[in-house]
Amino acid sequence: MSALDVRNVSKRFGNLVALRDVSLTVESGELRAIIGPNGAGKTTFFNLISGLFPPSTGTIAFDGRDVTALPAHKRVELGMARTFQITEIFPELTVFENVRIGAEIAGGYRLRPWISRGEKREIERKVEETLKLAALDLKAHRLVGELAHGDQRAAEIAMALSLQPHLLLLDEPTAGMGDQETYEIAELIRRLHRDSNFTIVLIEHDMRVVFHLADRITVLDQGCLLAEGTPQDIAANEAVQAAYLGRAA
Amino acid sequence: MSAQTRKLVALGAIWATLAFAPYWMVPLGGYTALGTRVLVLGLAAMSVNFLLGFTGVLSFGHAAYFGLGAYGAGFALKFLAPSTPLSLLCGMLLGGVAGALLGALIVRRRGVYFAMVTIAFGQVFYYIAFQWSSVTGGDDGLRGFSRQPLDFGLFSLDILSNTNAFYYFVFVCFALATCVMAFILRSPFGRTMIAIRENERRARFLGIPVERHIWIAFTLSCFFVGFAGALYALLNNFADPRGLHYSQSGDFVMMAVMGGMRTFWGPLLGAAVFVVLQDYLSSITVNWMSFVGMLFVAVVLFFPRGLLGFIRRNGES
Repeated sequence: MSALDVRNVSKRFGNLVALRDVSLTVESGELRAIIGPNGAGKTTFFNLISGLFPPSTGTIAFDGRDVTALPAHKRVELGMARTFQITEIFPELTVFENVRIGAEIAGGYRLRPWISRGEKREIERKVEETLKLAALDLKAHRLVGELAHGDQRAAEIAMALSLQPHLLLLDEPTAGMGDQETYEIAELIRRLHRDSNFTIVLIEHDMRVVFHLADRITVLDQGCLLAEGTPQDIAANEAVQAAYLGRAA
Repeated sequence: MSAQTRKLVALGAIWATLAFAPYWMVPLGGYTALGTRVLVLGLAAMSVNFLLGFTGVLSFGHAAYFGLGAYGAGFALKFLAPSTPLSLLCGMLLGGVAGALLGALIVRRRGVYFAMVTIAFGQVFYYIAFQWSSVTGGDDGLRGFSRQPLDFGLFSLDILSNTNAFYYFVFVCFALATCVMAFILRSPFGRTMIAIRENERRARFLGIPVERHIWIAFTLSCFFVGFAGALYALLNNFADPRGLHYSQSGDFVMMAVMGGMRTFWGPLLGAAVFVVLQDYLSSITVNWMSFVGMLFVAVVLFFPRGLLGFIRRNGES
């Protein structure tokens, strides 16, 4: 059973067709990169998968279950977590508090008006584990809004991890980063994939990161699926080269 | 002093100030009923702030549930049974249940639209109270009831004529309500409220059904404000239709913002400033509200985090 099975989805906004008949299957434990020129529909595709809005046509199955009609929070409950192209965090809370909210939700305490000492310790242990994984344990008690850009991106990933997801959707995790920060985030993603065996789908512009990390690559162009294959296949694909270099080439 | 001890000292100071209010207020030229008013309106402002400051949702219609609490308490005393605890329970239930029902319709809206819808529903209750004279007393308000002595079996406590005793009764009610409020805010559910305030999209993608959580917070806040309204009816032995008017909601929001809406105790300070100024200025001029308004503008311009937010920030640095 595949972790994610997207069949023939299209998305129209008024007269604009943002996505046309795109299908994609991601196996459990796979790291899939989605690439494509600006305006290719990558983020729209992510928004459909994560449930920000429903597709115009087509179906989305997650862990063998049809989630096309489910709202975003239900998909999170089933084990899907995502980050955003523009970092979405709780800036006025500390790193620890940011991650704790996710850990409490994953623990099923969302509606609880109290929490016992034992449960609280268990949650704190999980938060510390997650922070260590994201290499943020030394910054746990800093306000997220005051961290460097790269650490904020890492904190957002840590929040997603705190939900203990089966599928991690990362929208341009290295956006706006320098070389050192990019390297650190790429290493974090590699650890999550190789060591912790997360299934990850990632949108990325930095081709070094993509070719370094991805098991398979999906290329979108102007809302259509252009190519799919291993990094070697994609590097050799002429249609992909044409899309990136301009159609005249 | 560490942050923890400073917090404990501040808390101790707040409770001590409130606990001894009848003793220090009178020498300073105040009177006990003024302190009672501060507690009751402070509790209402804190209830509004439970939504505004901790869920990030602005209700401009909380006077409706405050007023319903007052009428609920009045009806219970007048028609049901001469029992003060029962009247508080009835007032709280009337405000809370109305909030739960209407909240279900309101929570899908956001920002200005949310505020407008809360005003609209609030005004519906105002006009009902104003027009349905045979039941509510109309413009004259609901009269003909008074708070009853508290019966503890072995002895009973006269809270009607003994204003100090009534102050302490309200103080205990206030303490209970604020403890419950603080307890909820420190719970996992309370943290989801803060998550929604901080970043609604992130909250949604952390698996929080945002509308449902706002509805729960709205309902809880209406129970608290209904409780405050019931206490207000006991304080005045009277329920006023103007207590449901949106200008009263505005006063609550003003108290919360003036005191500091990101702080738990700010609205109480805001209410104290508001009530004391109103009491003092209204004996000098009928235009007292313009002075309160000027103070409000000054606070918003120069202390955007409110009076308590300003004090706290300066205390830290």
